[in-house]
Amino acid sequence: MSSNTWPLWEVFVRSARGLSHVHAGSLHAPDAEMAVRNARDLYTRRNEGISLWVVRSEDIITSDPDEKDSFFESPQGKDYRHATYYKASEGVKHL
Amino acid sequence: MAATTPQNAGLSAVPSYEQEQSQARFDALIEQDSRIEPRDWMPEAYRKTLTRQVSQHAHSEIIGMQPEANWITRAPSLKRKSILMAKVQDEAGHGLYLYSAAETLGTPRDELNDQLMSGRAKYSSIFNYPARSWADMGAIGWLVDGAAIANQVPLCRASYGPYGRAMVRICKEESFHQRQGFEILLALSRGTEAQRKMAQDAINRFYEPSLMMFGPPDEQSPNSAQSMAWKIKRFSNDELRQRFVGMIAEQVKVLGMTLPDPELRFDEETGRWIHKELNWDEFMAVIKGNGPMNSHRLERRREAHREGAWVREAAAAYARKYENSEVA
Amino acid sequence: MNHDELDATLDSFGDALASATRVTPGNALRPEDIAVDGVVPDEDLAQYALRLGDDALILAQRLSHWISRAPELEEDVALGNIALDVLGHARSFLTYAGLAWDKTEDDLAYWREEEEFTSLHIVEQPNGDFGVTITRQLIISIYQYLLYSKLAASADPTLAAIAAKAVKEVDYHRDHATQWTRRLGLGTEESAQRMRHALEILWPYVDEMFQDEALHERLGDRAVLPSSLREDWEQQITQVLTDAGLEVPQVGMAMARGRSGEHSEHLGYILAEMQVLARKHPGASW
Ligand SMILES: [Fe+2]
Ligand SMILES: [Fe+2]
Repeated sequence: MSSNTWPLWEVFVRSARGLSHVHAGSLHAPDAEMAVRNARDLYTRRNEGISLWVVRSEDIITSDPDEKDSFFESPQGKDYRHATYYKASEGVKHL
Repeated sequence: MAATTPQNAGLSAVPSYEQEQSQARFDALIEQDSRIEPRDWMPEAYRKTLTRQVSQHAHSEIIGMQPEANWITRAPSLKRKSILMAKVQDEAGHGLYLYSAAETLGTPRDELNDQLMSGRAKYSSIFNYPARSWADMGAIGWLVDGAAIANQVPLCRASYGPYGRAMVRICKEESFHQRQGFEILLALSRGTEAQRKMAQDAINRFYEPSLMMFGPPDEQSPNSAQSMAWKIKRFSNDELRQRFVGMIAEQVKVLGMTLPDPELRFDEETGRWIHKELNWDEFMAVIKGNGPMNSHRLERRREAHREGAWVREAAAAYARKYENSEVA
Repeated sequence: MNHDELDATLDSFGDALASATRVTPGNALRPEDIAVDGVVPDEDLAQYALRLGDDALILAQRLSHWISRAPELEEDVALGNIALDVLGHARSFLTYAGLAWDKTEDDLAYWREEEEFTSLHIVEQPNGDFGVTITRQLIISIYQYLLYSKLAASADPTLAAIAAKAVKEVDYHRDHATQWTRRLGLGTEESAQRMRHALEILWPYVDEMFQDEALHERLGDRAVLPSSLREDWEQQITQVLTDAGLEVPQVGMAMARGRSGEHSEHLGYILAEMQVLARKHPGASW
């Protein structure tokens, strides 16, 4: 990558108060100030957002997809973490 | 190592146990109609096919700005000028969304852009025709964006996550593009004799190229089967072309215009539309670079890139000097 | 694919993406509303609105040329947004002015002659390289920001409403030009040199922006006296230039009288291009 190439940024948009920022896509910008402005121009042309985050793509740490099984296996089968597991109390009001 | 083709994808001489496992997981995800995400293992051929398709798609959006940008400064009313400007600008956005998706497959945008500027990459050949009259803005919106939408809606479900997500955003934005084009033609069709002539002429010129936007007939489209197996493509070229021609055959009546295809009719027996023989020789010639505008379209891209070099350089230099000392 | 089908297809993806792509038209003042709701302005007010409309129209025409030619694709989109905003302002002002003479925005844009245009010379200056366009943007957007800020308090409610909407947009244009001025001023030796050149060729047209006319005096608290903007403008632009390692150029001021229809050699070409199609088809609707 030549030194004049603008880095890649990931863009997150909050579409309304009360909602989380959601990943919208990415773009190139020379620096953070321009990145957030480019994000505004590119991802909120139709009132899609009231707040934006931009993060340098290279700064994002991802869980390793190859370890998917060991990483996300544990919660599987622990249905006692969910209310639906408790059948005996079904029908009891306000519980 | 032999070049990977869709046919021998992922099959090296002696696949390792890990490779087999990865392939099996990939196959299972495709089978379940789930999505492949950037960091997942994927067959090299899948990556290559997608990179080529998504970047070609991006190039088409970017080159496609030119014929319409050609009329922004001459738009015949301020309202039309606003609409056209917003539309052409949307296409730049679409190009960006798609380059983003392509980049997640591992090829940086610079490199994709080099491929375009050097003439190694392809893009939709329809943009190599000139936009000669204002009515072309109507015909392009109605027929070219229309064909693009017919192509793109199924792509929202493409098996590669970032591509599908980019397409969702694009399809939402495209919905106004086709309508504004149709309404340009509608206004012309209700206008003066000269306006009606202009509209019919534009429809005549863009009809056939728009049908060819779906690609060669199925029997001549060898890669389609693999793309469909990978669930990148959901419908064949001919299926999409059929749907499209059926829609515009009806819509053109609202305009009180005709499609330049006297043979066009719906065949009750086969349940298919019969349309005229499309000129695939010309299509191939344009793809190869011999359309009326190929050279100009690419040079315009190169020129913008060249003229902008000092700006990109200055911004990069500024970032190196000051980036860490400031907040947005 | 009809639109319901499209919507249904898109909806079938659930709300995972919905929140990032939720679109609304917004509810700001549009030129169409002015045509319907606007009270007919008197001659002076219409002349004033015409000036603001012409500035915006010619600037938008210039800016729109950048789309598909910007230094980077992201900048195509940014300049496109700015051009669209400015064109929107033009349409509102011209629509309002036209009410006085029973003319539409298009009558005014397409069927007036060069000498009937009242735009400032600064907006008709050629785009030049990106540095020239950014410098022109810096000069005009700070000016329009100050102007619309004050005009939002105009005693004329329609002008006030147009300005209140426009000022927020122009504020962003000012920011865009400021950001770029800093990057180009402090980036490389070449970019700084280009910015110095841009300032030199554009600065002569600054004076005209602040010339008062009898019209302004007559309009009183319905208009903004151009000369009243000068001090703030100079202070703001000097600050931006200083922050960018640039200086206010020491150049003379051009005799520019765009307000009375005396233009440079550029406007004729701008209008020839803008009006050619409309004039080929008199009476046609589009
Ligand atoms: Fe598009
Ligand atoms: Fe489009």
